[in-house]
Amino acid sequence: MTKSVSPTPYEKSSAPALVQMTDVSKFYGNIRALQGVSLEVHAGEITCVLGDNGAGKSTLIKIIAGLHRHDAGRFEIEGEETVLANPRAALDHGIATVYQDLAVVPLMPVWRNFFLGSEPTKGRGPFRRLDVDFMRETTRAELLRMGIDLRDVDQPIGTLSGGERQCVAIARAVYFGAKVLVLDEPTAALGVKQSGVVLKYVAAARDAGLGVVLITHNPHHAYLVGDRFVLLKRGTMAGSHTRDSITLDELTRQMAGGSELDELSHELERVAESGPEHPSGAADPASGTTAL
Amino acid sequence: MSTATAVDERLAPTSLVRRLLGRPELGAVVGAAAVFVFFSFAAPSFLQASSLSTILYSASTIGIMACPVALLMIGGEFDLSAGVMVTTSALVSAMFSYQMTANVWVGVGVSLLVTLAIGFFNGFMLTRTRLPSFIITLGTFLMLTGLNLGFTKLISGSVSTKTIADMEGFSSARALFASQWNVGSVTLKVTILWWLALVAVATWILLRTRAGNWIFAVGGGADAARATGVPVVKTRIGLYMGVALCAWISGQHILFSFDVVQSGEGVGNEFLYIIAAVIGGCLMTGGYGSAIGSAVGAFIFGMTSNGIVYAQWNPDWFKFFLGAMLLLATLLNAWVRKRAEAK
Repeated sequence: MTKSVSPTPYEKSSAPALVQMTDVSKFYGNIRALQGVSLEVHAGEITCVLGDNGAGKSTLIKIIAGLHRHDAGRFEIEGEETVLANPRAALDHGIATVYQDLAVVPLMPVWRNFFLGSEPTKGRGPFRRLDVDFMRETTRAELLRMGIDLRDVDQPIGTLSGGERQCVAIARAVYFGAKVLVLDEPTAALGVKQSGVVLKYVAAARDAGLGVVLITHNPHHAYLVGDRFVLLKRGTMAGSHTRDSITLDELTRQMAGGSELDELSHELERVAESGPEHPSGAADPASGTTAL
Repeated sequence: MSTATAVDERLAPTSLVRRLLGRPELGAVVGAAAVFVFFSFAAPSFLQASSLSTILYSASTIGIMACPVALLMIGGEFDLSAGVMVTTSALVSAMFSYQMTANVWVGVGVSLLVTLAIGFFNGFMLTRTRLPSFIITLGTFLMLTGLNLGFTKLISGSVSTKTIADMEGFSSARALFASQWNVGSVTLKVTILWWLALVAVATWILLRTRAGNWIFAVGGGADAARATGVPVVKTRIGLYMGVALCAWISGQHILFSFDVVQSGEGVGNEFLYIIAAVIGGCLMTGGYGSAIGSAVGAFIFGMTSNGIVYAQWNPDWFKFFLGAMLLLATLLNAWVRKRAEAK
């Protein structure tokens, strides 16, 4: 299926990074959720953000997606410093975010979900209406490109499997001309096979010339597709590597190894005491900081 | 290819029956047919044309409000102030016309602005405070109930307004909001047209416009809607203003049918609107329902409230029937939806 996605030519090094964050920080009151984090996202590359629960991954994603504003540091989109006012502004800059809850409405049909918030219309004045035929056909065609053959795009999206929903969300972002695709733990709730399928579509999006930010706590998944790796630990940056400068073993060791293992096990105890952290936490502004 | 095949296996062709089962109105239509058959046997005069017009009239008075309330419920919210808002709208219109001008149309216009402002207030408070709509609109309900009585006594000196029947513009306003025609032995009231037009417009909005997509999304998953760029706040405020607009239509109908308005009216009607919407297939949790369903729900209400009279039963039983109907309809809806989503 990935073969059907034709790679479009793109400038790899001459253009400024699609997204460049320099020493970005975020505070919730007196809680430091993120401090001094830098990352860059280039077209046709996958930047992986790795970190354990409470490392600040969610906070970082919310800043990129326009849900929260950063308190310090520079946030540049295509070379211009930007403060995103809301998710709409991020979308207008070509930054599309696929959340863990996938931002789909389970009871609504697949085609309505596919175009949610950006519905095409036809007609004028009071007769301006949804272009339903176009919406149905486009949804079907775009999903087919991703290898999902839905004959009935009218079924509620809640009836699809987790991997399929993830692919619908990615297909939606790609269709709407995203330049930067932010994926929040796309493989977290999936089995091995479904994870592989999703990673394949992530690679397909990269081959189509998108810059991808892949948030994950799985170094194996990250190393399969990643070009750059940013490690977060308790709100600060614990490391930043390109693919040439690090091996999978080293990446895994840095995620949870050496002297930090004691710290991690302590952190794990704390997490266990305060109950398991909810993976979604989209409505909870402090979700990225609960383990601090 | 493995995924494609796996997906294909899961997809059974959708039959017409299953599509029908997936409609939110189905439960209400089945219920309406059952009620119709029941009263056809229980009350001999039920099937007469004149009875039908009476049933349609009482269905329309509830249906005009049940329609926007259904949209609001699909958007995931309640409006407990909808019943008294109708009375407020009528009172403002009557008293402003009587006290300030000689032309009722001025009062009608002022009433529209005031009623829309109340709707805006509900929506604004809801989106600003993020309190449950139950609390916000319960507050509005109580405040309006008090204001209705207080202002009417203060201005008119009694619990009802003074008649405006002799004022300029009354006949034209009456033609718009409270006229009726005789077709043979049957009297048809203009509210039926208002009702059908509102349901048609609401269905159009819901199924064929961007706003409709947003209403479903806001009710079915507000976070997802916000993340995809849907204007959640505007959609919610718009829904409350839609309820207000229809409350204005209902209020003007009451005013121009009876010339005077009783200030204590409307209390409790908000539940009739919600019941009609729920019987019509609206989910209490939002994200699912239809405007046509609310019309069928209102029709069931009309048949039941009048059928009991035609059957010459004590009308005290009406509320019991309504409650039983609500329970049955909700259970039927839940069952139908489970069947529809089973495969």
